[in-house]
Amino acid sequence: MHAGYVWKSEWTKIRSVRSTGTTLALAAVFTIGLGFLISALSKNEFAKMDAHELRFADPTFISFVGTSLGQLAMIVFGVMVVGGEYSTGMIRTSLAAVPRRGLFLFSKIAVATLLAFVVALVTSFVTFFVGQAALGPYKASLGDPGVLRAVIGAALYMTLIAVFAMGVTTVLRSPMLSLGILMPLFFLLTPILGNVPATRKVAQYLPDQAGGKVMQVVAPEGDIAPYGPWGGFGIMVLWVLAALCCGWLVLKKRDA
Amino acid sequence: MIEAVGLTKRYGAKTAVYNLSFQVRPGTVTGFLGPNGSGKSTTMRMILGLDRPTAGHVTIGGHPFRELPNAPRQVGALLDAKAVHGGRSARNHLLSLAQLSGIPASRVDEVLGVVGLQDVAKRRSSGFSLGMGQRLGIAAALLGDPQVLLFDEPVNGLDPEGILWVRNLMKMLASEGRTVFVSSHLMSEMALTAEHLIVIGRGQLLSDMSVRDFIAANSAGFARVRTPQTEPQQREKLTTVLTEAGGRVMSEPDGALRVTGLALPQISDLAHEADVRLWELAPHQASLEEAYMQMTQAAVDYRSTDDQLAGFQQGPQGALPGQLPPGSAPGAPGVPQGPPQLGWYAPPPPQPGQPHPGVRGSVPAPPAPVPADQNPYAQQAPEAAPAAPPAPAPAGPAGPGLTKNDDSTPGSDTPEDAR
Repeated sequence: MHAGYVWKSEWTKIRSVRSTGTTLALAAVFTIGLGFLISALSKNEFAKMDAHELRFADPTFISFVGTSLGQLAMIVFGVMVVGGEYSTGMIRTSLAAVPRRGLFLFSKIAVATLLAFVVALVTSFVTFFVGQAALGPYKASLGDPGVLRAVIGAALYMTLIAVFAMGVTTVLRSPMLSLGILMPLFFLLTPILGNVPATRKVAQYLPDQAGGKVMQVVAPEGDIAPYGPWGGFGIMVLWVLAALCCGWLVLKKRDA
Repeated sequence: MIEAVGLTKRYGAKTAVYNLSFQVRPGTVTGFLGPNGSGKSTTMRMILGLDRPTAGHVTIGGHPFRELPNAPRQVGALLDAKAVHGGRSARNHLLSLAQLSGIPASRVDEVLGVVGLQDVAKRRSSGFSLGMGQRLGIAAALLGDPQVLLFDEPVNGLDPEGILWVRNLMKMLASEGRTVFVSSHLMSEMALTAEHLIVIGRGQLLSDMSVRDFIAANSAGFARVRTPQTEPQQREKLTTVLTEAGGRVMSEPDGALRVTGLALPQISDLAHEADVRLWELAPHQASLEEAYMQMTQAAVDYRSTDDQLAGFQQGPQGALPGQLPPGSAPGAPGVPQGPPQLGWYAPPPPQPGQPHPGVRGSVPAPPAPVPADQNPYAQQAPEAAPAAPPAPAPAGPAGPGLTKNDDSTPGSDTPEDAR
């Protein structure tokens, strides 16, 4: 059985359910919309800032504020892609057709990841230009140092969040359970932990807190992170790899 | 060819399948029977590599399923009609499966036509009825034109026309030399479809033989004998004579007698010698259903409450002395009680030789050597000792006299053919 066949099959699966289009469209809309809104509001804030505050102002990062909401749609996408197999029982049909479970899992995740990355990359660039347009005179330009890295980094961040959700869902084998854990985790828990000084030292190593660093061009005031943008992104990659490994082991060992 | 050797599956403390060995041969439809929860689906899933056996192994064409090259082209399976993503159209569902093994999209439309779903191919399968789901599942199984086909309850939810179609389809697939393995609860359906039967109860093999042998061996027919109703003393006389000659005689509610252990001509001769007139002397041919009930009655896990209550009463008449199944051997948690019967099942005849290969041999012993065209009741010798004396031998769940056994213990031993 060629990997190419499995890829093709997974592509058919992913494009033939509605949730794919819905969740990816929502991710784009949330990210772009919220980014535009916050950027437009920040324009007035920028006008009131003094020189010291302006040193820490990060117009690029401000336009990516929407990722905090858009990532939730990305999580739903990741959960649906994998969880749909479990909730419907399709997993048994799939595994009866692809006995090599590693091939099945990683083909599925590869196809979903590629699709998520394409959508995230387009979203990222649109978000950046729309946000900068809203910031008016305070806008950053793509040629500024670190800006292009942040824009591509935002796309990678959104993609990896989805892949992380896929890995977790493979472990938990249930979309409801996965959503119930991932949504509050990334919507409430990690942002809170990351902002409370007492827990910050630990929380900065959580996947979204570390990975989000890649979207920053200017480190915020009082930043204590011992890693740079790519360092933080690397931590997130480790999280994702860990989730995928656990998922693979569970799929390999457990009865379908 | 599907071959299982010593297949065992435990889920925690519960043993779903225990030491199951059988072969499913090409060219015939092999039926897979067993009460609810007897391990049929678990076995099917192990064949398909979905569940990992705790012990033993099962191969298809000599390979474990997970190691089959291009499995969809060799094995087609319908496990669960609802195991499809409801948001996907029937055609896309099949297309995604077809693409896995490089089957062209035209084949998808072909099988959609074969199962009669061409008009709803573009509809999301969540709106499908159970019968339509079964058809979609069968289409998926046929997709790769495989040599080995597994169907778990394929006629569930199908209309009579669909059932007929499935029956003919199975037979056709088998006649093309394919291996067809079908599980079902519908005895009448199995009798018409399958040529060979594998019966399990509580996860263990109860029988592995052809349908005709199975009926002959397990559902002991009997002779129905009626004497003039006006002369009850004739009836008593005949009963005595027949019993003395080694037959077993039981009364039917309407006054007729059920006789086992004697051939029809013998009964006639004995009656003649005793000067008893007969109004009726008729052979009773058992159905597959009766044979199946007889065989699995002790291995039924799920029984309705009404039946349970009836089962706690002492068996009415016809207790068979000395027929306690040896499943109650030391260590065995207890023999499940037989279902309370309204009817009466004759005990099976002694079965020379093991009817299935077991783990001991690779070649199965010939099925019970009972000439199937003979009247089954003519071979009854119920008191004869079982031919396989060691361990739990096939004594068979006998009459209602066994209902005194406690069913509350989760007996893993089945009285007949348990090993």
